[in-house]
Amino acid sequence: MEEQSLGQRLHIDFPLFFGILVLCIIGLVVIYSAGGQDMNLVYRQAVKLLIALVGMVIIAQLPPAEIARWSIGLYLFGIVLLILVIFYGDVGKGAQRWLDLKIFRFQPSEIMKLSVPMMVAFYLADKSLPPPFTRVIAACVLITIPVLLIAKQPDLGTALLVATAGFSVLFIAGISWRLLTIMGGFAAAGAPLLWYFMHDYQKRRVLTFLNPENDPLGAGYHTIQSKIAIGSGGFYGKGWLNGTQSHLEFLPERSTDFIFAVFCEEFGMLGVLFLLCIYLFIISRGLYIAINAQHTFGRLLASGLTLTFFVYIFVNMGMVTGQLPVVGVPLPLVSHGGTSMVTLMIGFGIIMAIHTHRRFLSF
Amino acid sequence: MAKELTLKDQDHESSLVARRVYISAFIILLLIIMIISRIFYLTVLQHDHYSTLSQSNRVKITPIPPIRGLIYSRDGVILAENKPTFSLGVVPEQIDDIDETIGQLKEIVSIEDSDIERFKKALKKKRRFENIPLRLNLNKEEVALFAVNRHRFYGVDVVAGLNRFYPLGEKLVHTIGYVARIDEDDIKQLDESNYSGTTHIGKLGIEKSYESLLHGDVGYQQVEVNNKGRVIRVLDRTAPKPGENIHLTIDLSLQQIAIDALENRRGAIVAMDPRNGDVLTFVSSPGYDPNKFVNGIDSKSYNLLLASKDKPLINRVIQGKYPPGSTVKPFMGLVGLENGVRVNADESWCPGWFSLKGHQHRYRDWKKQGHGHTNLHKAIMQSCDVYFYTLAYELGIDRIYEGMSRFGFGQITGIDISGETKALMPSREWKRNALGQAWYPGETLILGIGQGYALATPLQLAKATATLANKGHIIRPRLVSSTSNSITNEVNALPNHSVNKVSLSNSAYWDDVITSMKDVVHGIGGTAWRSGLNAEYNFAGKTGTAQVIGIAQDKEYKKEEIAEEFQDHALFIAFAPVESPRIAIAIIVENGGGGSKTAAPIARKMFDHFMNNRDLINKG
Repeated sequence: MEEQSLGQRLHIDFPLFFGILVLCIIGLVVIYSAGGQDMNLVYRQAVKLLIALVGMVIIAQLPPAEIARWSIGLYLFGIVLLILVIFYGDVGKGAQRWLDLKIFRFQPSEIMKLSVPMMVAFYLADKSLPPPFTRVIAACVLITIPVLLIAKQPDLGTALLVATAGFSVLFIAGISWRLLTIMGGFAAAGAPLLWYFMHDYQKRRVLTFLNPENDPLGAGYHTIQSKIAIGSGGFYGKGWLNGTQSHLEFLPERSTDFIFAVFCEEFGMLGVLFLLCIYLFIISRGLYIAINAQHTFGRLLASGLTLTFFVYIFVNMGMVTGQLPVVGVPLPLVSHGGTSMVTLMIGFGIIMAIHTHRRFLSF
Repeated sequence: MAKELTLKDQDHESSLVARRVYISAFIILLLIIMIISRIFYLTVLQHDHYSTLSQSNRVKITPIPPIRGLIYSRDGVILAENKPTFSLGVVPEQIDDIDETIGQLKEIVSIEDSDIERFKKALKKKRRFENIPLRLNLNKEEVALFAVNRHRFYGVDVVAGLNRFYPLGEKLVHTIGYVARIDEDDIKQLDESNYSGTTHIGKLGIEKSYESLLHGDVGYQQVEVNNKGRVIRVLDRTAPKPGENIHLTIDLSLQQIAIDALENRRGAIVAMDPRNGDVLTFVSSPGYDPNKFVNGIDSKSYNLLLASKDKPLINRVIQGKYPPGSTVKPFMGLVGLENGVRVNADESWCPGWFSLKGHQHRYRDWKKQGHGHTNLHKAIMQSCDVYFYTLAYELGIDRIYEGMSRFGFGQITGIDISGETKALMPSREWKRNALGQAWYPGETLILGIGQGYALATPLQLAKATATLANKGHIIRPRLVSSTSNSITNEVNALPNHSVNKVSLSNSAYWDDVITSMKDVVHGIGGTAWRSGLNAEYNFAGKTGTAQVIGIAQDKEYKKEEIAEEFQDHALFIAFAPVESPRIAIAIIVENGGGGSKTAAPIARKMFDHFMNNRDLINKG
């Protein structure tokens, strides 16, 4: 057996770590500009980043078998918290998502972003793959319960991410194409049903998404302004700190969900290509780790978490560029905000754990 | 099954997963290409278009809230108006340290802790680029002081606005209601675009039910801003469409007479025009000051209102549930006549009490020695209980329920403000569902004199009285007669709704009962004869005295010995003039004692005023 590398001993995957660090730095740079050159905002974000990074490293120390053992407990805990939110949750911007723990407020739905793929991976890894029909159905139920609870809050963005996390594990586990087609068919048929259950403001967002010019002062405002910011940036961008749209305060939520528009305005298409390269690098590394994992649980979870990470990126960029409805998904590791970042970093911690705890037989 | 068979094929699994990962990677690549092409489309192909837009994006669109419509009384007095006010607004994202800024502002204008508390609450809910009021109602000195210091406070500004004001305060609060700041619940329901500049919304009464008319439509203005976001000039303006003015049916002078006559006691007075349903008087006493609610009442004052024994927050006219007492007798009489149980001349013997066959319990008449031989006319005029015990017993609960429901007892009146209760007209079915018990005959008896389970709101009584005055023609009560455009003053009269008709097999029944009611006030021995003395017109009425507590068998109670809150409610229903009724009234004085002594004189005062000014009123 070869000597354990530094990374193996510290349980840190350096390529992944490097990619994440670059993203975080990009994030701080853009937040400084988007926040009106407010160093306070940058400091606050840096502190959150640091906490999240420490959390990632700590999680990476756990052997994957240990993580697998937590799956059921964490899943049930998350469900209980989601139910508690329904009864005791704090209301913010018309939705009930927060649980006030006196010291800090937090969103139980964040736990689900991790525990749903963990639970599904744990459940499916138990028997041989591909899963038979009954086990696919059982996995779907495991995914749907928390998704419905989160959608009820209502938080469509998170519900969507949790659902993707669960279903991507299911997809990787080798669910048959035929079943996939049938489920897709059901989902398409269920869309009108979903419409029926949506809140007015959510319906309005979807309608406005289809035609933003209809409501320039209301829901369409976000999309119109972010398209102007992106388009006016051009290929090379207006340069750092020179984005007029964001600085003239036309662009709402510019340091959180719409930070990508600020990035585009200031760094242009060239910057976007660079950013996408970093993202692609992280995603390839995640998938590489997934393929090379030694246990089915690790393979499923690592790929599930990586795919979810991509969906974050895709949904956020889609909504900022006006191709998807505005659902409130941040740009991962770049947007300002604490909760989602901690969850993401813990996810990467798990991926690192899967990679760095491998055992090699010596011949 | 052999264990080996369930062993997992690791190689097979890892290649299956790998295959799926490659497929995912392929899909990811496709989607990334999609994003890139979209970005390419926006930044390169559409660059010129968006560049131009971005140049002209020094132009901001801001909403201009419409001016809320005014509310007038029938006699043209303004009841709800908009007063100019100045407040101190803060845009959070333009400020580094909000606490420090507040500290500095405190040196210039007074800022209470309650202001800061309210501000911090709003801070959590609103978006950071929105203007959030910190101090409301600045006086002129404070405005001037801030203007001098304005350069020190980037992100803070004086915001001019209009504040809803109710000059009559508590006199009409239960009718008009009030507006208050838009809250989370409102946001869910309203059209956010149209309310983008609006801070207040109708919460109660007319302000609530006519919200969409009063509010109007939002306008927009395009403003040019400098590189700090301050407005430099207005480029284009789409004027808002102001809300409609609303004209109430309330006759303020009559309302005042009623309030004065009630002498601050708890109770309710409704007067309506039986011809069109116009509510002329709508008194629920005590009231409270609606102006306190407009910008948020502090919790101490609110708790005082909530805890008050007089329950000022309850709208007694539509939410007060009272035993109607003897005021049901005219209607009960009509139900008896219509069902053929009695004819007008049929007599009952009243010894002062009534007992069911085989029962010991004596149902007593208010007159201990009894009324002797009593027909319907005498029974209504002198309010004989025994006559109505026997009538109710012979009718039975089912026919009573059916008949009384036709007069609107136990039903929503349909007045144009919300919050109305149905009160209760009991039936066999109701008792089975609500209490899980069968109906007892004794309960039918006391229903005959409006006691027991029966409950009615003052408005239900007024509507029933109007129906009686109309000889069956049912009209829905209304508080708004017309709206007018606040720019053109063009008046738009609202139609009144004739709902239905109580048709009787013999229309002479109406006259039988109305004549009896006329003799309640004008006849010798009528229960309210004092109130009818020397009237220049004829009116018809019926007194009622509703027991608040039960009295044990063979006991009498002395008024002085009973605490005020357990004394009887005084009721009176009436309409005038008998020949062609123009006004129908229902009066309830809580714990006021007898209806003839306390309630009927109030009606007389109102009728005197109304009849003497009727020319004026008909014009108005």
